[in-house]
Amino acid sequence: MKIVVCVKQVPEITNVRVNPETGTLIREGVASILNPFCEYALDHAARLKAAHPEIEIVAVSMGPPQARSALMRCLELGADRAVLVSDRKFAGADTWATALTLAAVVRKIVPDAGLILVGKQAIDGDTAQVGPEIAEILGMPQIMYGVEMSLTPNRRRIRVKREVESGYEVLEARLPALVSASKGEALRRMPSLADVLSARRRELRVVTAADLDLSESELGLAGSYTQVVKVFPPAPKQGGRKVEGLEPAAAAGEIAAFLRSEGYVG
Amino acid sequence: MLKIDHPICNRCGLCQKSCPFGAISAAEETVAVDERCTLCGACVNVCPQAALSIERRQASPEELASYRGVFVWAEFEERGEHLVPRRVVYELLTHGRRLADRLGQPLVAVALGDARMQELERLCHQGAERVVCCRHDLLGSYSTDGFATALAAVVAKEKPSVLLFGATPNGRDLAPRVAARLRFGLTADCTGLEIDDQGQLVQTRPAFGGNIMASIISPYTRPQAATVRPNVFAASPPDPLRPVAVEDFPVALSKASIRTKVVETIATASEGEKIEEARVIVAAGRGCGEPSHLDLVRRLAHRLGGAMAGSRAIVELGWIPHTIQVGQSGTTVGPDLYVAVGISGAVQHLVGMSSSKKIVAINKDPDAPIFKLADLGVVGDALKILPKLIEALKTQ
Repeated sequence: MKIVVCVKQVPEITNVRVNPETGTLIREGVASILNPFCEYALDHAARLKAAHPEIEIVAVSMGPPQARSALMRCLELGADRAVLVSDRKFAGADTWATALTLAAVVRKIVPDAGLILVGKQAIDGDTAQVGPEIAEILGMPQIMYGVEMSLTPNRRRIRVKREVESGYEVLEARLPALVSASKGEALRRMPSLADVLSARRRELRVVTAADLDLSESELGLAGSYTQVVKVFPPAPKQGGRKVEGLEPAAAAGEIAAFLRSEGYVG
Repeated sequence: MLKIDHPICNRCGLCQKSCPFGAISAAEETVAVDERCTLCGACVNVCPQAALSIERRQASPEELASYRGVFVWAEFEERGEHLVPRRVVYELLTHGRRLADRLGQPLVAVALGDARMQELERLCHQGAERVVCCRHDLLGSYSTDGFATALAAVVAKEKPSVLLFGATPNGRDLAPRVAARLRFGLTADCTGLEIDDQGQLVQTRPAFGGNIMASIISPYTRPQAATVRPNVFAASPPDPLRPVAVEDFPVALSKASIRTKVVETIATASEGEKIEEARVIVAAGRGCGEPSHLDLVRRLAHRLGGAMAGSRAIVELGWIPHTIQVGQSGTTVGPDLYVAVGISGAVQHLVGMSSSKKIVAINKDPDAPIFKLADLGVVGDALKILPKLIEALKTQ
């Protein structure tokens, strides 16, 4: 069975700064990382492979040429091969155009994919839309917010424990299916030297617009249904106050006075 | 138009059974579709042969203008033996009423559920002209396939101009599925919605961890759809004098059309109110020291009539369940008051609570990032301050 893991390279948002004059992101000096939720997805793929060694894991990422480094990390973490979907024509894609492109890549490169894994959302855009849109385009059932997954004994179905508002729920779906990962291993794993060396020997192929069965009007900005018209910094927080060096009773008094003045206590 | 690949069709008849509009006839010889087809896609998804596909073309400006009405997906939740609308539905109807008035178009609630649905009239009292109601046994609990099929049928038939979902876990599961099926633009997790001078829906949302805001339009497709964060818009009081109109909308669903099966549900210990809907949240972080100290946090939350929540750190330590985790990997909240106790404020946490209206933070570290957001920041030991605070609030 083949598992496709769709991943995204994102800026480490801890370090994102906005140019106050233009309202645009300052990207210089911001590290790019593999989106943590995508890393969880890859982690789940690797665990499934540990249980079923015949599984092949294909990591796919759409992005600029630099996204190659996110795919290298996927190879180090256990992907068997990687596909970088990169072309200037893909630039400016919204979630719909991204999903349409990734679905076309799956159809073309891994038409026999039994399972597609995605992170529950990317930490830069936070939309959580690309996964369900890929599932719909490919006609697959979807299970979101997965924390544990396993194949049923006949390997025709996937069983997923997922987060819901009241706790957890275990769902089963027939393969092929798309599953999003909400959690995985808590700590980021450090690949071993052997992982790094073997990753370099694995295939990382580049796919461009010309390789896909899509027309140019379906790609990137031209193929996007939504359009960003304005980007601006959030309104700055006004009038924050910080008090230091108070005894506990006095500090409690400050808070009580604040809560009273704001009407939270009678 | 709906395309039928006759050579691979095996005339099994599932498409005919699944069509909500009776537009497909699957006779022994051939499958045919008539003018009642709305392109809702229900048949495409049940065809075991993948013999059906929908060809959609770019809509002209005149066609786009023919889409009318602001529609809100009314998400229901269980309360005792009944299903009742979630609070975010009333928030969306309140703001949806403003958008509808600005457009001069009706406001409509779409209710999907089974016979246990209640409070349908309140959807009208809250501003809707009418409720489109799909009642079906298979809609009694949420499933992506069941709900997407029903909602897509309603949207394909009714052709709304605007379609709003609460950005709840199910809303964010359902909306992209329906958007991809019917091919319309969707904006996630909006915190602002306005109608511009051209009558377009301008959707504003935070991105990059709340460091930046983006305004987004969907110029080429209808409906213009968005998921909207709970607690962004205040729900107005219902007006019981508003007329009530509930229309039944029949949907055809079969067990086979729902491709996921619930094997088990595991309820975690509930801390009471859903944090997403709480007006007041008192949240604990690792600075609380040990799980037994959370009782102080719980008591403060109780005193303030709010809910207790916590950071990812203490979820991972096993102190609280993930259901009350605030942040990027938990729940995004926006209460009136957020009290952060012993939370330093990693950006992933701040993303999940920065839209709170007032923020109070208690932390030992004067450089903790949470203080940048706090309306009142107190540098000190929360474990010493909380007992005094609870006492001070008692004596008032």
